[in-house]
Amino acid sequence: MSGSPAAVPVLRLEGVYKSFQQTDVLRGIDLTVNEHEVVALIGASGSGKSTLLRVINLLERVDDGRVWLQGEDISDPRTKIDAVRARIGVVFQHYNLFPHLSVLDNVTLASRSVHGIPRRAAEKRALELLDAIGLADKARDYPDRLSGGQQQRAAIVRAIATDPELLLLDEVTSALDPELVGEVLDLVRQLKKTGTTIVMATHEMSFARDVADRVAFLDQGSVLELGTPAEVFGSPREERTREFLARIPR
Amino acid sequence: MTTTAALTPPARLPSTVELERRAFRRRQTGRSVLLGFASTLVFAVLVWMFVVNTPGWTQVQQTFFDPAVALKAWPRVFDGLLLNIRVLLFSAVGVLIVSLLIATLRTLRGPVFFPLRALATGYTDLFRGMPLIIVLYLVGFGLPGLDVFPKVPSAVWGTVALILTYSAYVAEVWRAGIEAVHPSQVLAARSLGLSHGKTMVKIVLPQALRKVTPALMNDFVAMQKDVGLISILGAVDAVRAAQIETAATFNFTPYVLAGLLFVLLALPMIRLTDWVTARMRRREQIGGVV
Ligand SMILES: Nc1ncnc2c1ncn2[C@@H]1O[C@H](COP(=O)(O)OP(=O)(O)O)[C@@H](O)[C@H]1O
Ligand SMILES: [Mg+2]
Repeated sequence: MSGSPAAVPVLRLEGVYKSFQQTDVLRGIDLTVNEHEVVALIGASGSGKSTLLRVINLLERVDDGRVWLQGEDISDPRTKIDAVRARIGVVFQHYNLFPHLSVLDNVTLASRSVHGIPRRAAEKRALELLDAIGLADKARDYPDRLSGGQQQRAAIVRAIATDPELLLLDEVTSALDPELVGEVLDLVRQLKKTGTTIVMATHEMSFARDVADRVAFLDQGSVLELGTPAEVFGSPREERTREFLARIPR
Repeated sequence: MTTTAALTPPARLPSTVELERRAFRRRQTGRSVLLGFASTLVFAVLVWMFVVNTPGWTQVQQTFFDPAVALKAWPRVFDGLLLNIRVLLFSAVGVLIVSLLIATLRTLRGPVFFPLRALATGYTDLFRGMPLIIVLYLVGFGLPGLDVFPKVPSAVWGTVALILTYSAYVAEVWRAGIEAVHPSQVLAARSLGLSHGKTMVKIVLPQALRKVTPALMNDFVAMQKDVGLISILGAVDAVRAAQIETAATFNFTPYVLAGLLFVLLALPMIRLTDWVTARMRRREQIGGVV
């Protein structure tokens, strides 16, 4: 991966539409995410943040528009879906870890059975990652032995264990007790420092302001406002953005 | 409290209220034991009065519970039971394989798989509805009659019939287990890049297995006694052996012997099933969502 300014964006969406039955959930989304960039998706519940992330990861098929990953059109039906997913890391709100596998096996699963990395090498790398976030001693435990915050951190480690080109985070802290949110957000900050490209849906406005390079405000399936945190939070142009920010406690 | 700093930590004495409560519970326990003992005694007397003390009891005892006949029938019936056990083991393995295959076929999505899916559905519909005894007749007498299969003992056809019938039930158990795995587990696996097949093998089936283990064991117990039905095909199993002995002595004790042996065979599995079920319920209560 080179950091040259002319490099193709990691992710580019152009005119993405998606509807379920009668409801239009995404209505013409345009978004570009460059390498090492962190983009936060904010917006009311039901504004389409999760759907957008699922479209990027090909868990949903677009009704119109195009999605490029590193310049490759992944909305083309000839795309090898599993291969694309293997290049993108995802962490959901909850039910992330596999309860019948140890933390270590959770983390190494994709490396071993998708990327064909031998067990030894995969476990060595996984233990390094777990060690970095202070979970090395939990490696052999099953997920139900971990606190919610530890589980989400393990899930994030699992998502980055295969060095994905893009990491998607969907409200990874919203199912957690308040005192556990901090440790998960700290891990995301750490990832940003190491240059991970991230698109994250979040309800934590102060976190988005702090970590994101750009913030996209989604409203009824459109990106209504897009800019630096200072622009979107400091001087929102749109009335709807102001209303939304006024309703959210910071 | 804060008297001498003793070597052993000072034991806190229970309060008088607690002592009184404990005494009450002890009295209560003593009374329950007595009550249990009394009711058992009453029950035994009733059994004696209504069964043993009946006018025909001596007659029944001679034809069903004759130790001498039981002893004489033992070698033959026991040999028969060994055949039952062999059939049971082969059936169990066969059922496990066939049922998993059927259940997996039923979860396949997409138009390409329509015929397979329809076949699997038709299979479970047919064999869950048909009485085992009829399947035994059709397979045991019908298939050999086609003259295309090599000559094999009737116990083999009995095994095939058992596998056909039980796989239909067990496939449904598997399917219920597969559907009970939270859909987000599949999403999580697919988003890691795992294919449908790998997701099934590594994520869904292991979790389904945990959920359906008690049900599977229960079906195994049911199958344990249904292996006795292969006797209708002429296989000399424990039931058939008992029938032969009975015909020779005009005494039904061999049947009782065979029945008891079946119960003994099933008991460990029944206890194990209870234990596993209880253990899983406990785990379910402890473990939260992941
Ligand atoms: N699979 C689905 N079927 C039908 N409607 C859906 C589905 N997924 C999401 N929706 C609808 O799409 C809208 C946007 O949902 P979502 O993307 O989850 O929003 P957000 O994550 O911003 O809260 C909601 O109105 C939701 O009800
Ligand atoms: Mg959402």
